[in-house]
Amino acid sequence: MTTSEAPRLTWLRICPEARLWPERGSAALLPDGGQVALFRTTDGAVHAVGNLDPCTGAAVLSRGILGDRAGRPVVISPMLKHTFDLSTGECVDDPLVAIPVYPARVVDGVIEVAVEEMSGR
Amino acid sequence: MSRHLVVIGHGMVGHRLVQALRARDAGDAWRITVLAEEDRPAYDRVALSSYVDDWDAGRLQLDGAEFSDDPRVDLRLGAPVVEIDRAARAVRTVTGHVLGYDALVLATGSAPFVPPVPGRDLPGCFTYRTIEDLDAIRAAARGHTTGVVVGGGLLGLEATNVLRGLGLRGHVIELAPRLMPLQVDEGGGALLRRTIEGMGLEVHCGVSVTEVVRHEDGLLLRLSDDTTVHTGLLVFSAGIRPRDELFRVAGLTVAERGGVLVDETCRTSDPAVWAAGECASFEGRAYGLVAPGYAMAETVADRLLGGDATFSMPDMSTKLKLLGVDVASFGDAHGVTPGALEVVHNDPVSGVYKKLVVSDDAGTLLGGVLVGDASAYGSLRPLVGRALPADPGSLIAPAGGAPALGVDALPGDAQVCSCHAVTKNAIEEAVGAGCRDIPALKGCTKAGTGCGSCVPLLKQVLVSCGVEQSKALCEHFDHSRAELFEILRVTGIRTFSALLARHGRGRGCDICKPTVASILASLGSGHVLDGEQAALQDTNDHFLANLQRNGTYSVVPRIPGGEITPEKLLVIAEVARDFALYTKITGGQRIDLFGATVDQLPLIWRRLVDAGFESGHAYGKALRTVKSCVGEAWCRYGVQDSVGLAIELELRYRGLRAPHKIKAAVSGCARECAEARSKDIGVIATENGWNLYVGGNGGFTPRHADLLVSDVDKRSLLTLIDRFLMFYVRTADRLQRTSVWVESLEGGLDHLREVIVEDSLGICGELERAMAAHVDSYADEWRGVLEDPVKLARFTSFVNAPGAPDPTITFRTERGQRVPVPLGVPEVRT
Ligand code: SRM
Ligand SMILES: Cc1cc2nc3c(=O)[nH]c(=O)nc-3n(C[C@H](O)[C@H](O)[C@H](O)COP(=O)(O)OP(=O)(O)OC[C@H]3O[C@@H](n4cnc5c(N)ncnc54)[C@H](O)[C@@H]3O)c2cc1C
Ligand code: SF4
Ligand code: FES
Repeated sequence: MTTSEAPRLTWLRICPEARLWPERGSAALLPDGGQVALFRTTDGAVHAVGNLDPCTGAAVLSRGILGDRAGRPVVISPMLKHTFDLSTGECVDDPLVAIPVYPARVVDGVIEVAVEEMSGR
Repeated sequence: MSRHLVVIGHGMVGHRLVQALRARDAGDAWRITVLAEEDRPAYDRVALSSYVDDWDAGRLQLDGAEFSDDPRVDLRLGAPVVEIDRAARAVRTVTGHVLGYDALVLATGSAPFVPPVPGRDLPGCFTYRTIEDLDAIRAAARGHTTGVVVGGGLLGLEATNVLRGLGLRGHVIELAPRLMPLQVDEGGGALLRRTIEGMGLEVHCGVSVTEVVRHEDGLLLRLSDDTTVHTGLLVFSAGIRPRDELFRVAGLTVAERGGVLVDETCRTSDPAVWAAGECASFEGRAYGLVAPGYAMAETVADRLLGGDATFSMPDMSTKLKLLGVDVASFGDAHGVTPGALEVVHNDPVSGVYKKLVVSDDAGTLLGGVLVGDASAYGSLRPLVGRALPADPGSLIAPAGGAPALGVDALPGDAQVCSCHAVTKNAIEEAVGAGCRDIPALKGCTKAGTGCGSCVPLLKQVLVSCGVEQSKALCEHFDHSRAELFEILRVTGIRTFSALLARHGRGRGCDICKPTVASILASLGSGHVLDGEQAALQDTNDHFLANLQRNGTYSVVPRIPGGEITPEKLLVIAEVARDFALYTKITGGQRIDLFGATVDQLPLIWRRLVDAGFESGHAYGKALRTVKSCVGEAWCRYGVQDSVGLAIELELRYRGLRAPHKIKAAVSGCARECAEARSKDIGVIATENGWNLYVGGNGGFTPRHADLLVSDVDKRSLLTLIDRFLMFYVRTADRLQRTSVWVESLEGGLDHLREVIVEDSLGICGELERAMAAHVDSYADEWRGVLEDPVKLARFTSFVNAPGAPDPTITFRTERGQRVPVPLGVPEVRT
């Protein structure tokens, strides 16, 4: 389902970029209690996706191994090895499963992640 | 103009019918409306019990079940049909919608049969057919300790296992004198019963429930033998009845034993109406399995497009694993063919029962029953109705004695995959047309996508067609693990990135990264979290602890040989208490502490290391434990110091990274209390020294270790184990235990003996030097973390909120200790 209004994004400052380990993830807590997994890959790209592994419910994706499947950058869940595309959030093994992908950027050496502004839900 | 097909029921068979029709209806002759009673699209009912693994209903949904990209299929959920008007060629749904049809397919399945016992409708009584049933059972199980299943058939036993998984003590009540009366014979049933009772389940055969009454907060069941059972809940699984009420009212011919009667074209008594699946009866019989339903669906789809497919008496063979016990029956399992002979192998001690039913001249296989070890099922089932390739007794002889029945023994028209009726010829054709591996074969023939039991045979077909199975580790390296080991050893490359750049492609993955990490560790490249290596480690090696289902970790300090002082036990007890860790004695003679979060791990290990403990490598593909029996010091039979040797071995090989984990044990005499022969390395004391056994393991495919040398002294023993382990570390495949590795060596054990005892390759000196280097450079990995602030910094829960508790981790108390609250659980609907 899609809604008519485009969601408004808020950029959250997370941590200095230097705190991220190359090719390894870190978890960050969001104000609403949600969690993101942050990754800095060898090519310098920063990715932010949901930390929750949708196949097991455990908040562990930040602890997965990074790599690629036929060139698509992926993280492999440490739990049962489900593989997720870091750019689209799609589960490579099961098209019905996906994780959220958050816009991420580095501003003055600080990692920022964009979340949708809380609506009045 | 296309015609309109209405399908009643979106279960497994209804869905298959629509899929089959859509796949073949190139000219769009049909427009389809599916009217479904359930609120969700078709799901894999066969796998229903696996729903309890993760309570994720989405995972069970069948491929393409929503028809989201097919405008010619209109799937209406929650729209059960309540009336069929054959004269008007229309159906009416519960909401009053009336739809006309040109053809109608009935696929309503069946409903659980609930025996007419007084009290059967009380709260706490359930059936076992839908996802909603399981949600309800789960909700009701809370706070109870006992659950009863009425019916000891296939489904009943599955349901009992589910109750067991929900923490209930299970009872099975079966009216027949044995369990699984339909599939297995008396001997098999008796064996099944013993095995199942051995798991702590109560089995009541030959009795029925006469009354259910409320009792305290649960139910009280009165049984026909005048006993009673008090239970929290009751699940009826006493058979199924085809859902044919609508069809009777509509005047269609219904079989005496239920099910709308169909002919071999799957047409009912009305030429515009077809039926498939469990609601249909063919030659007076309805089938409670999915394979005949699929065959009917294919027949109907073909006929709707003017084809001439026919349905015939299906193969009712089944193979399943119930409560961990393999059970298979095929062909004429009960020996009802006139003159049939039975050949039985019954071994109650090892829990194996096998029976073959053969023709009166013992020349043709008619059927069989296998309990406890059904490994021969894949090769025997396709032989039903054919000449036996060997004497029947030898075919069911205990493992080792049985001739390997390969795919080559099968004629081309034999069915290799019974779930999808795929013959050996069809598979060979697919291989010829370019299918080079199992996924490709699955995609193009569907073989192997049902119960999966034919996959080993599919592999054999590939091999016999000359398709070499690739040795490539993964999509990033064309080399095998042994080849990568040699490359790293000889070239001196010590980083993954350099290896990838020179010998691989892409960025790597969860297969090649940990493999290379393990090789680098075996080659002595410092701490596993040093530099780039840290990024290669699987989560267990990265946090030096074992990941648990809720995202916490477990801690296993090394307790060499299982020997521990009371003082050290106190330290473990205090640490466990202070961090509220669930504590358990492991099968490896040590203590496991569960439920630590990432940021607690260094705090816990600080205290353990200070008290003299070190990493037990329970997380690594490395040496685990060397178990021991108490041996000569105390035992009146002991002839050598088994504890002393076990500790020496454990300290010598601790920290050794390998293709898979390595376990060892030492027994003080031939009574073998340490179970050394079930280990990769087993040492058993003799009057004159030690016997060395290699290549054993427990686990998925247990295998006893083979005797390599006997009566050797300790020095020779250590030298031989050094060589054995290093040879294994260098040449085995990824995740290959020593047992499989020894078997994979050309020449097997004899070859191994030549290489490491007689030094036929002249590499023994090199292997010993490599092991000596490992022993000298050993350092405790946890101490290494605690001493290095950079490594310690990795143990942070949240980068932006260090120390903040992870809101997804919660615990409940069971038997006085904390255990995880299950995760990812959808709300139970009430
Ligand atoms: C804790 C323990 C069970 C217990 O409570 O007793 C255990 C627990 C696990 N075993 Fe085990 N095994 C334990 C003894 C065994 C034994 C018995 C033994 O060692 O004497 C066996 C059969 C013997 C054998 O290995 O051949 C055993 C055969 C397995 C297997 C099957 C291996 C195989 O070759 O088929 C696995 C799966 C694997 O390693 O791939 C496994 C895997 C596991 C894992 C690591 C599964 C996982 O990845 O999470 C479990 C997690 C341990 C943890 O979190 O701490 N565990 N496991 C035992 C730890 C012993 C120890 O002190 O280190
Ligand atoms: C726990 C369990 C384990 C099983 N294990 C195995 C196994 O290992 N191997 C095996 O071969 N088989 C197994 N089976 C049996 C297998 O699931 C069935 O044979 C198969 O599902 C039959 O498919 P079907 O489409 O005929 O019926 P179903 O899958 O039951 O589908 C019928 C559908 O029709 C709907 N319906 C009924 N009446 C109406 C109506 N009036 N209007 C609209 N919709 C209606 C029902 O709600 C249902 O969704 C198992 C079954 C269960 C419950
Ligand atoms: S193996 Fe032998 S020495 Fe060891 S405890 Fe058993 S009987 Fe005693
Ligand atoms: S026999 Fe079941 S999938 Fe092939």
